[in-house]
Amino acid sequence: MRIFDPHIHMSSRTTDDYERMAAAGVRALVEPAFWLGQPRTSVGSYTDYFDSLVGWEPFRASQFGIRHHCAIALNPKEANDPRCREVLPVLPRYLAKDGVVAVGEVGYDSMTPEEDEVFAAQLALAVGYDLPALVHTPHRDKRRGTERTLDVVKESGIEPGRVVVDHLNEVTIGLVAGTGCWAGFSIYPDTKMSPPRMVAILREYGLDRMLVNSAADWGRSDPLLTLRTGQAMLAAGFTEDDVDKVLWRNPVEFYGQSGKLDLSTVDSVEPTFEGNSILRGGG
Amino acid sequence: MTELRDAVSDPAWFDAALNRVAEEPGAIGGLFPAVSRRCGRAPWRAGWTVDDAARVALLTALPLRGKELVDEVTALYRYGDAAEKRAVLRALDRLDLGDGCVELVRDAIRTNDPRLVAAALGPYARHLDDAYWRQAVLKCVFMDIPLSVVDGLSERADAELRRMLAGLAEERTAAGRTMPADAVALLEAL
Ligand SMILES: [Zn+2]
Repeated sequence: MRIFDPHIHMSSRTTDDYERMAAAGVRALVEPAFWLGQPRTSVGSYTDYFDSLVGWEPFRASQFGIRHHCAIALNPKEANDPRCREVLPVLPRYLAKDGVVAVGEVGYDSMTPEEDEVFAAQLALAVGYDLPALVHTPHRDKRRGTERTLDVVKESGIEPGRVVVDHLNEVTIGLVAGTGCWAGFSIYPDTKMSPPRMVAILREYGLDRMLVNSAADWGRSDPLLTLRTGQAMLAAGFTEDDVDKVLWRNPVEFYGQSGKLDLSTVDSVEPTFEGNSILRGGG
Repeated sequence: MTELRDAVSDPAWFDAALNRVAEEPGAIGGLFPAVSRRCGRAPWRAGWTVDDAARVALLTALPLRGKELVDEVTALYRYGDAAEKRAVLRALDRLDLGDGCVELVRDAIRTNDPRLVAAALGPYARHLDDAYWRQAVLKCVFMDIPLSVVDGLSERADAELRRMLAGLAEERTAAGRTMPADAVALLEAL
Protein backbone atom coordinates (compact mmCIF):
# COMPACT_ATOMS: atom_id res chain seq x y z
CA MET A 1 0.00 0.00 0.00
CA ARG A 2 1.47 3.37 -0.99
CA ILE A 3 0.17 6.28 1.06
CA PHE A 4 0.18 10.05 0.51
CA ASP A 5 -1.00 11.82 3.68
CA PRO A 6 -2.54 15.05 2.35
CA HIS A 7 -2.70 16.77 5.75
CA ILE A 8 -0.31 16.13 8.62
CA HIS A 9 1.63 18.45 10.96
CA MET A 10 5.04 16.82 11.12
CA SER A 11 6.67 19.72 12.98
CA SER A 12 4.72 18.43 16.00
CA ARG A 13 5.89 14.84 15.52
CA THR A 14 9.11 12.99 16.28
CA THR A 15 11.66 11.54 13.89
CA ASP A 16 10.48 8.11 15.11
CA ASP A 17 7.08 8.91 13.60
CA TYR A 18 8.71 9.48 10.20
CA GLU A 19 10.31 6.07 10.59
CA ARG A 20 7.01 4.35 11.50
CA MET A 21 5.18 6.13 8.69
CA ALA A 22 7.77 5.04 6.11
CA ALA A 23 7.45 1.46 7.36
CA ALA A 24 3.64 1.73 6.99
CA GLY A 25 3.92 2.81 3.34
CA VAL A 26 3.75 6.60 3.61
CA ARG A 27 5.88 7.90 0.72
CA ALA A 28 4.67 11.51 0.48
CA LEU A 29 2.80 14.07 2.54
CA VAL A 30 1.63 17.66 2.70
CA GLU A 31 2.12 19.67 5.89
CA PRO A 32 -0.21 22.67 6.06
CA ALA A 33 0.74 25.66 8.18
CA PHE A 34 -1.37 25.85 11.35
CA TRP A 35 -1.54 26.94 14.97
CA LEU A 36 1.30 25.87 17.27
CA GLY A 37 -0.88 25.20 20.31
CA GLN A 38 0.53 28.36 21.88
CA PRO A 39 0.06 31.84 20.39
CA ARG A 40 2.71 33.40 18.21
CA THR A 41 3.43 36.96 19.25
CA SER A 42 5.33 38.24 16.22
CA VAL A 43 5.72 37.79 12.49
CA GLY A 44 9.21 36.46 13.12
CA SER A 45 7.97 33.31 14.82
CA TYR A 46 5.67 32.77 11.83
CA THR A 47 8.40 33.08 9.26
CA ASP A 48 10.76 30.87 11.24
CA TYR A 49 7.98 28.27 11.19
CA PHE A 50 7.51 28.64 7.43
CA ASP A 51 11.26 28.23 7.01
CA SER A 52 11.11 24.89 8.78
CA LEU A 53 8.20 23.81 6.53
CA VAL A 54 10.27 24.48 3.41
CA GLY A 55 13.66 23.51 4.86
CA TRP A 56 14.17 21.37 7.92
CA GLU A 57 11.03 19.18 7.69
CA PRO A 58 11.59 18.19 4.03
CA PHE A 59 15.12 17.22 5.04
CA ARG A 60 13.95 15.20 8.04
CA ALA A 61 11.35 13.42 5.87
CA SER A 62 13.93 12.66 3.19
CA GLN A 63 15.94 10.62 5.70
CA PHE A 64 13.17 8.03 5.48
CA GLY A 65 12.49 8.33 1.75
CA ILE A 66 9.35 10.40 2.37
CA ARG A 67 8.71 13.38 0.07
CA HIS A 68 7.56 16.39 2.10
CA HIS A 69 5.57 19.27 0.61
CA CYS A 70 3.72 22.01 2.45
CA ALA A 71 0.89 24.51 2.31
CA ILE A 72 1.49 28.06 3.53
CA ALA A 73 -1.06 30.42 5.09
CA LEU A 74 -2.11 32.44 8.10
CA ASN A 75 -4.39 30.05 10.01
CA PRO A 76 -7.98 31.06 10.92
CA LYS A 77 -7.44 31.27 14.68
CA GLU A 78 -4.47 33.64 14.39
CA ALA A 79 -6.20 35.68 11.68
CA ASN A 80 -7.85 37.37 14.68
CA ASP A 81 -4.51 38.55 16.12
CA PRO A 82 -3.22 41.83 14.62
CA ARG A 83 0.35 40.79 15.48
CA CYS A 84 -0.02 37.72 13.25
CA ARG A 85 -1.93 39.39 10.41
CA GLU A 86 1.30 41.23 9.59
CA VAL A 87 2.50 37.98 8.01
CA LEU A 88 0.08 38.39 5.07
CA PRO A 89 2.40 40.63 2.98
CA VAL A 90 5.21 38.08 3.42
CA LEU A 91 3.19 35.09 2.15
CA PRO A 92 4.05 35.61 -1.56
CA ARG A 93 7.73 35.05 -0.79
CA TYR A 94 6.82 31.55 0.40
CA LEU A 95 4.02 30.68 -2.02
CA ALA A 96 6.53 30.87 -4.89
CA LYS A 97 8.85 28.28 -3.34
CA ASP A 98 9.30 24.85 -4.89
CA GLY A 99 7.88 22.70 -2.07
CA VAL A 100 4.77 24.82 -1.54
CA VAL A 101 1.86 23.08 -3.28
CA ALA A 102 -1.15 24.88 -1.77
CA VAL A 103 -2.42 27.81 0.26
CA GLY A 104 -3.57 26.47 3.64
CA GLU A 105 -4.95 25.94 6.16
CA VAL A 106 -7.34 28.80 5.56
CA GLY A 107 -11.02 29.05 6.58
CA TYR A 108 -12.95 29.75 9.73
CA ASP A 109 -12.36 29.21 13.41
CA SER A 110 -14.89 31.49 15.18
CA MET A 111 -16.34 33.14 12.04
CA THR A 112 -15.31 36.70 12.95
CA PRO A 113 -15.14 39.65 10.52
CA GLU A 114 -11.31 39.43 10.71
CA GLU A 115 -11.49 35.79 9.64
CA ASP A 116 -13.79 36.74 6.74
CA GLU A 117 -11.26 39.24 5.47
CA VAL A 118 -8.19 37.02 5.85
CA PHE A 119 -9.94 33.99 4.32
CA ALA A 120 -10.98 35.96 1.22
CA ALA A 121 -7.54 37.57 0.87
CA GLN A 122 -5.82 34.18 0.98
CA LEU A 123 -8.17 32.61 -1.57
CA ALA A 124 -7.24 35.54 -3.83
CA LEU A 125 -3.57 34.68 -3.25
CA ALA A 126 -4.29 31.07 -4.26
CA VAL A 127 -5.77 32.31 -7.54
CA GLY A 128 -2.89 34.75 -8.08
CA TYR A 129 -0.18 32.15 -7.40
CA ASP A 130 -2.01 29.42 -9.30
CA LEU A 131 -2.21 27.14 -6.25
CA PRO A 132 -4.94 24.91 -4.83
CA ALA A 133 -6.39 25.83 -1.42
CA LEU A 134 -6.77 23.69 1.71
CA VAL A 135 -9.78 24.91 3.68
CA HIS A 136 -10.26 23.98 7.33
CA THR A 137 -13.85 23.80 8.62
CA PRO A 138 -14.55 24.90 12.21
CA HIS A 139 -14.99 22.50 15.09
CA ARG A 140 -17.77 24.57 16.70
CA ASP A 141 -20.99 25.35 14.78
CA LYS A 142 -19.66 23.08 12.03
CA ARG A 143 -22.70 22.94 9.75
CA ARG A 144 -23.13 26.72 9.65
CA GLY A 145 -19.35 27.11 9.31
CA THR A 146 -19.22 24.74 6.36
CA GLU A 147 -22.10 26.52 4.59
CA ARG A 148 -20.43 29.88 5.05
CA THR A 149 -17.09 28.41 3.88
CA LEU A 150 -18.68 27.22 0.65
CA ASP A 151 -20.23 30.68 0.07
CA VAL A 152 -16.84 32.38 0.45
CA VAL A 153 -15.20 29.85 -1.88
CA LYS A 154 -17.89 30.55 -4.48
CA GLU A 155 -17.54 34.32 -4.19
CA SER A 156 -13.74 34.14 -4.51
CA GLY A 157 -13.92 32.87 -8.08
CA ILE A 158 -11.42 30.05 -7.41
CA GLU A 159 -12.18 26.95 -9.44
CA PRO A 160 -13.95 24.52 -7.02
CA GLY A 161 -11.81 21.61 -8.24
CA ARG A 162 -8.80 23.44 -6.78
CA VAL A 163 -10.30 23.55 -3.27
CA VAL A 164 -10.40 20.86 -0.60
CA VAL A 165 -12.87 21.42 2.23
CA ASP A 166 -11.37 19.51 5.14
CA HIS A 167 -12.34 17.92 8.48
CA LEU A 168 -15.75 16.83 7.11
CA ASN A 169 -18.03 14.26 8.72
CA GLU A 170 -21.38 12.53 8.10
CA VAL A 171 -23.25 15.81 8.69
CA THR A 172 -21.16 18.11 6.50
CA ILE A 173 -20.20 15.87 3.55
CA GLY A 174 -23.68 16.33 2.11
CA LEU A 175 -23.09 20.09 1.89
CA VAL A 176 -19.85 19.66 -0.06
CA ALA A 177 -20.80 16.76 -2.36
CA GLY A 178 -21.95 18.19 -5.66
CA THR A 179 -20.15 21.56 -5.30
CA GLY A 180 -17.14 20.38 -7.31
CA CYS A 181 -14.87 20.93 -4.29
CA TRP A 182 -12.77 18.06 -2.94
CA ALA A 183 -13.84 16.52 0.37
CA GLY A 184 -11.21 15.99 3.09
CA PHE A 185 -11.59 13.73 6.12
CA SER A 186 -9.33 13.70 9.17
CA ILE A 187 -9.20 10.33 10.87
CA TYR A 188 -8.62 10.73 14.59
CA PRO A 189 -8.39 8.22 17.46
CA ASP A 190 -11.42 9.68 19.33
CA THR A 191 -12.89 12.77 17.71
CA LYS A 192 -13.51 13.71 14.05
CA MET A 193 -13.69 10.50 11.96
CA SER A 194 -12.81 6.83 12.56
CA PRO A 195 -11.74 4.27 9.89
CA PRO A 196 -15.10 2.38 9.94
CA ARG A 197 -17.11 5.62 9.65
CA MET A 198 -14.84 6.71 6.80
CA VAL A 199 -15.48 3.46 4.95
CA ALA A 200 -19.24 4.00 5.30
CA ILE A 201 -18.92 7.48 3.77
CA LEU A 202 -16.84 6.13 0.84
CA ARG A 203 -19.57 3.52 0.24
CA GLU A 204 -22.24 6.18 0.13
CA TYR A 205 -20.45 9.01 -1.73
CA GLY A 206 -17.93 7.12 -3.89
CA LEU A 207 -14.18 7.60 -4.26
CA ASP A 208 -13.94 10.64 -6.52
CA ARG A 209 -12.49 13.85 -5.05
CA MET A 210 -12.14 12.18 -1.64
CA LEU A 211 -9.03 12.82 0.48
CA VAL A 212 -8.26 10.91 3.68
CA ASN A 213 -5.69 12.33 6.12
CA SER A 214 -4.42 11.73 9.65
CA ALA A 215 -4.16 15.48 10.44
CA ALA A 216 -1.76 14.26 13.13
CA ASP A 217 -0.40 17.11 15.23
CA TRP A 218 0.56 17.79 18.86
CA GLY A 219 -2.85 16.58 20.09
CA ARG A 220 -3.97 12.98 20.57
CA SER A 221 -3.64 11.75 17.02
CA ASP A 222 -2.05 8.93 15.04
CA PRO A 223 -0.09 9.27 11.79
CA LEU A 224 -0.88 5.66 10.89
CA LEU A 225 -4.67 6.12 10.69
CA THR A 226 -4.37 6.53 6.92
CA LEU A 227 -3.02 2.98 6.81
CA ARG A 228 -5.79 1.78 9.17
CA THR A 229 -8.39 3.33 6.86
CA GLY A 230 -6.88 1.54 3.86
CA GLN A 231 -6.99 -1.72 5.81
CA ALA A 232 -10.62 -1.07 6.82
CA MET A 233 -11.48 -0.42 3.15
CA LEU A 234 -9.97 -3.77 2.13
CA ALA A 235 -11.79 -5.58 4.95
CA ALA A 236 -15.05 -4.02 3.77
CA GLY A 237 -14.56 -5.35 0.23
CA PHE A 238 -12.93 -2.42 -1.57
CA THR A 239 -10.12 -3.45 -3.96
CA GLU A 240 -6.39 -2.66 -3.74
CA ASP A 241 -6.94 -0.30 -6.66
CA ASP A 242 -9.71 1.54 -4.76
CA VAL A 243 -7.37 1.99 -1.81
CA ASP A 244 -4.61 3.23 -4.11
CA LYS A 245 -7.00 5.78 -5.62
CA VAL A 246 -8.05 7.20 -2.26
CA LEU A 247 -4.70 7.06 -0.48
CA TRP A 248 -2.36 7.90 -3.35
CA ARG A 249 -3.80 8.93 -6.73
CA ASN A 250 -6.39 11.38 -5.33
CA PRO A 251 -3.92 13.48 -3.34
CA VAL A 252 -1.43 13.34 -6.24
CA GLU A 253 -4.17 14.66 -8.56
CA PHE A 254 -5.31 17.37 -6.16
CA TYR A 255 -1.88 18.79 -5.24
CA GLY A 256 -0.55 18.08 -8.72
CA GLN A 257 -2.65 21.05 -9.82
CA SER A 258 0.05 23.27 -8.31
CA GLY A 259 2.47 22.11 -11.01
CA LYS A 260 5.01 21.78 -8.18
CA LEU A 261 4.40 18.29 -6.84
CA ASP A 262 7.71 16.47 -7.20
CA LEU A 263 7.67 12.75 -6.47
CA SER A 264 10.85 12.00 -8.44
CA THR A 265 13.07 11.99 -5.37
CA VAL A 266 10.97 9.64 -3.23
CA ASP A 267 13.45 7.24 -1.60
CA SER A 268 16.53 9.43 -2.05
CA VAL A 269 18.35 10.55 1.10
CA GLU A 270 20.18 13.87 1.64
CA PRO A 271 23.17 13.46 3.98
CA THR A 272 22.76 16.82 5.74
CA PHE A 273 20.62 19.96 5.87
CA GLU A 274 22.77 23.10 5.76
CA GLY A 275 25.50 21.07 7.39
CA ASN A 276 23.34 19.53 10.14
CA SER A 277 22.22 15.90 10.36
CA ILE A 278 19.49 14.37 12.52
CA LEU A 279 21.67 11.48 13.59
CA ARG A 280 23.37 13.30 16.42
CA GLY A 281 20.22 15.16 17.52
CA GLY A 282 20.17 18.50 19.27
CA GLY A 283 23.19 19.78 17.31
CA MET B 1 22.90 38.50 -21.05
CA THR B 2 22.07 36.87 -24.41
CA GLU B 3 24.18 33.87 -23.44
CA LEU B 4 22.35 33.44 -20.14
CA ARG B 5 19.02 33.86 -21.92
CA ASP B 6 19.99 30.93 -24.19
CA ALA B 7 20.82 28.78 -21.16
CA VAL B 8 17.60 29.26 -19.16
CA SER B 9 14.91 26.64 -19.66
CA ASP B 10 12.01 29.12 -19.95
CA PRO B 11 13.35 32.29 -21.65
CA ALA B 12 9.88 33.86 -21.97
CA TRP B 13 9.38 33.60 -18.20
CA PHE B 14 12.87 34.98 -17.59
CA ASP B 15 12.30 38.00 -19.89
CA ALA B 16 8.93 38.71 -18.31
CA ALA B 17 10.43 38.44 -14.81
CA LEU B 18 13.24 40.90 -15.68
CA ASN B 19 10.74 43.39 -17.09
CA ARG B 20 8.39 43.02 -14.16
CA VAL B 21 11.14 43.60 -11.62
CA ALA B 22 12.32 46.69 -13.51
CA GLU B 23 8.81 48.16 -13.40
CA GLU B 24 7.55 46.84 -10.08
CA PRO B 25 10.51 46.05 -7.78
CA GLY B 26 8.28 44.63 -5.01
CA ALA B 27 7.38 41.74 -7.34
CA ILE B 28 10.87 40.25 -6.94
CA GLY B 29 9.80 38.60 -3.65
CA GLY B 30 7.36 36.34 -5.51
CA LEU B 31 9.68 35.70 -8.50
CA PHE B 32 13.06 35.07 -6.87
CA PRO B 33 12.08 31.72 -5.25
CA ALA B 34 10.64 30.42 -8.56
CA VAL B 35 13.87 30.93 -10.54
CA SER B 36 15.38 27.44 -10.11
CA ARG B 37 12.13 25.82 -11.21
CA ARG B 38 11.61 28.12 -14.21
CA CYS B 39 15.20 28.63 -15.39
CA GLY B 40 16.86 25.31 -14.46
CA ARG B 41 19.69 24.33 -12.13
CA ALA B 42 22.25 23.16 -14.70
CA PRO B 43 25.89 24.24 -14.46
CA TRP B 44 26.73 27.43 -16.36
CA ARG B 45 30.27 28.81 -16.51
CA ALA B 46 32.90 28.01 -13.92
CA GLY B 47 31.39 27.37 -10.50
CA TRP B 48 28.05 28.90 -11.43
CA THR B 49 24.64 27.42 -12.17
CA VAL B 50 21.95 28.84 -14.45
CA ASP B 51 19.67 29.68 -11.50
CA ASP B 52 22.49 31.53 -9.70
CA ALA B 53 23.13 33.65 -12.76
CA ALA B 54 19.43 34.26 -13.44
CA ARG B 55 18.86 35.39 -9.84
CA VAL B 56 21.83 37.74 -10.02
CA ALA B 57 20.33 39.15 -13.25
CA LEU B 58 17.01 39.79 -11.46
CA LEU B 59 18.82 41.56 -8.62
CA THR B 60 20.78 43.78 -10.98
CA ALA B 61 17.50 44.67 -12.74
CA LEU B 62 16.07 46.18 -9.52
CA PRO B 63 15.51 49.93 -10.00
CA LEU B 64 16.12 50.61 -6.28
CA ARG B 65 18.84 52.62 -4.57
CA GLY B 66 20.28 53.25 -1.15
CA LYS B 67 18.30 51.95 1.82
CA GLU B 68 15.47 50.61 -0.34
CA LEU B 69 17.92 48.40 -2.22
CA VAL B 70 19.62 47.24 0.99
CA ASP B 71 16.22 46.39 2.54
CA GLU B 72 15.02 44.35 -0.45
CA VAL B 73 18.32 42.46 -0.81
CA THR B 74 18.27 41.76 2.95
CA ALA B 75 14.68 40.45 2.75
CA LEU B 76 15.49 38.19 -0.20
CA TYR B 77 18.34 36.72 1.80
CA ARG B 78 16.25 36.42 4.98
CA TYR B 79 13.41 34.57 3.24
CA GLY B 80 15.62 32.64 0.83
CA ASP B 81 16.43 28.95 0.87
CA ALA B 82 20.09 27.97 0.48
CA ALA B 83 20.09 28.44 -3.31
CA GLU B 84 18.43 31.86 -3.02
CA LYS B 85 20.83 32.94 -0.27
CA ARG B 86 23.82 31.85 -2.31
CA ALA B 87 22.65 33.89 -5.29
CA VAL B 88 22.17 36.98 -3.10
CA LEU B 89 25.71 36.58 -1.72
CA ARG B 90 27.10 36.23 -5.21
CA ALA B 91 25.30 39.37 -6.36
CA LEU B 92 26.39 41.66 -3.50
CA ASP B 93 29.53 42.86 -5.24
CA ARG B 94 27.56 43.85 -8.36
CA LEU B 95 25.02 45.98 -6.54
CA ASP B 96 25.46 49.52 -5.25
CA LEU B 97 25.07 48.65 -1.58
CA GLY B 98 28.08 50.21 0.08
CA ASP B 99 28.68 48.14 3.21
CA GLY B 100 24.90 47.96 3.90
CA CYS B 101 24.69 44.18 3.46
CA VAL B 102 27.79 43.11 5.36
CA GLU B 103 25.54 41.55 8.02
CA LEU B 104 24.36 39.01 5.40
CA VAL B 105 27.96 37.96 4.84
CA ARG B 106 28.48 37.54 8.56
CA ASP B 107 25.28 35.45 8.79
CA ALA B 108 26.40 33.18 5.95
CA ILE B 109 29.77 32.61 7.61
CA ARG B 110 28.02 31.52 10.83
CA THR B 111 26.16 28.70 9.00
CA ASN B 112 27.45 25.18 8.58
CA ASP B 113 26.57 25.20 4.88
CA PRO B 114 29.74 25.11 2.74
CA ARG B 115 27.87 26.61 -0.26
CA LEU B 116 27.02 29.71 1.75
CA VAL B 117 30.35 30.07 3.51
CA ALA B 118 32.10 29.87 0.13
CA ALA B 119 29.76 32.39 -1.52
CA ALA B 120 30.22 34.78 1.40
CA LEU B 121 33.96 35.07 0.76
CA GLY B 122 33.69 36.71 -2.67
CA PRO B 123 34.78 40.30 -3.39
CA TYR B 124 32.08 41.81 -1.13
CA ALA B 125 33.88 40.28 1.89
CA ARG B 126 36.25 43.27 1.69
CA HIS B 127 33.66 44.99 3.93
CA LEU B 128 34.30 42.50 6.73
CA ASP B 129 36.64 43.63 9.45
CA ASP B 130 39.97 41.81 9.50
CA ALA B 131 39.24 39.72 12.61
CA TYR B 132 35.98 38.32 11.20
CA TRP B 133 37.59 37.75 7.80
CA ARG B 134 40.49 35.74 9.30
CA GLN B 135 38.02 33.61 11.28
CA ALA B 136 36.14 32.94 8.05
CA VAL B 137 39.31 31.83 6.26
CA LEU B 138 40.11 29.50 9.14
CA LYS B 139 36.56 28.14 9.04
CA CYS B 140 37.09 27.25 5.37
CA VAL B 141 40.09 25.15 6.40
CA PHE B 142 37.96 23.42 9.07
CA MET B 143 35.14 22.77 6.61
CA ASP B 144 37.45 21.58 3.79
CA ILE B 145 36.30 24.42 1.57
CA PRO B 146 39.02 25.16 -1.02
CA LEU B 147 40.75 28.44 -0.22
CA SER B 148 40.44 29.40 -3.88
CA VAL B 149 36.91 30.66 -3.00
CA VAL B 150 38.43 33.45 -0.87
CA ASP B 151 38.67 36.57 -3.02
CA GLY B 152 41.93 38.49 -2.65
CA LEU B 153 43.39 35.94 -0.24
CA SER B 154 47.07 36.51 -0.94
CA GLU B 155 46.72 40.31 -0.70
CA ARG B 156 44.77 40.29 2.56
CA ALA B 157 46.43 37.41 4.40
CA ASP B 158 48.60 38.87 7.16
CA ALA B 159 50.85 37.93 10.05
CA GLU B 160 47.87 37.33 12.34
CA LEU B 161 46.33 34.85 9.90
CA ARG B 162 49.73 33.20 9.65
CA ARG B 163 49.81 32.84 13.45
CA MET B 164 46.31 31.31 13.47
CA LEU B 165 47.12 28.84 10.69
CA ALA B 166 50.38 27.85 12.37
CA GLY B 167 48.45 27.17 15.59
CA LEU B 168 45.97 24.98 13.74
CA ALA B 169 48.81 23.10 12.00
CA GLU B 170 50.41 22.47 15.39
CA GLU B 171 47.16 21.10 16.86
CA ARG B 172 46.60 18.90 13.84
CA THR B 173 50.14 17.52 14.00
CA ALA B 174 49.71 16.77 17.69
CA ALA B 175 46.47 14.92 16.94
CA GLY B 176 48.06 12.96 14.09
CA ARG B 177 45.88 14.71 11.53
CA THR B 178 46.85 16.65 8.43
CA MET B 179 46.08 20.11 7.06
CA PRO B 180 44.54 20.59 3.59
CA ALA B 181 47.27 21.14 1.01
CA ASP B 182 46.08 24.66 0.11
CA ALA B 183 46.25 25.73 3.77
CA VAL B 184 49.79 24.37 4.05
CA ALA B 185 50.76 26.25 0.88
CA LEU B 186 49.27 29.47 2.25
CA LEU B 187 51.09 29.07 5.55
CA GLU B 188 54.39 28.50 3.75
CA ALA B 189 53.87 31.56 1.56
CA LEU B 190 53.19 33.89 4.49
ZN1 LIG C 1 -4.53 20.71 10.38
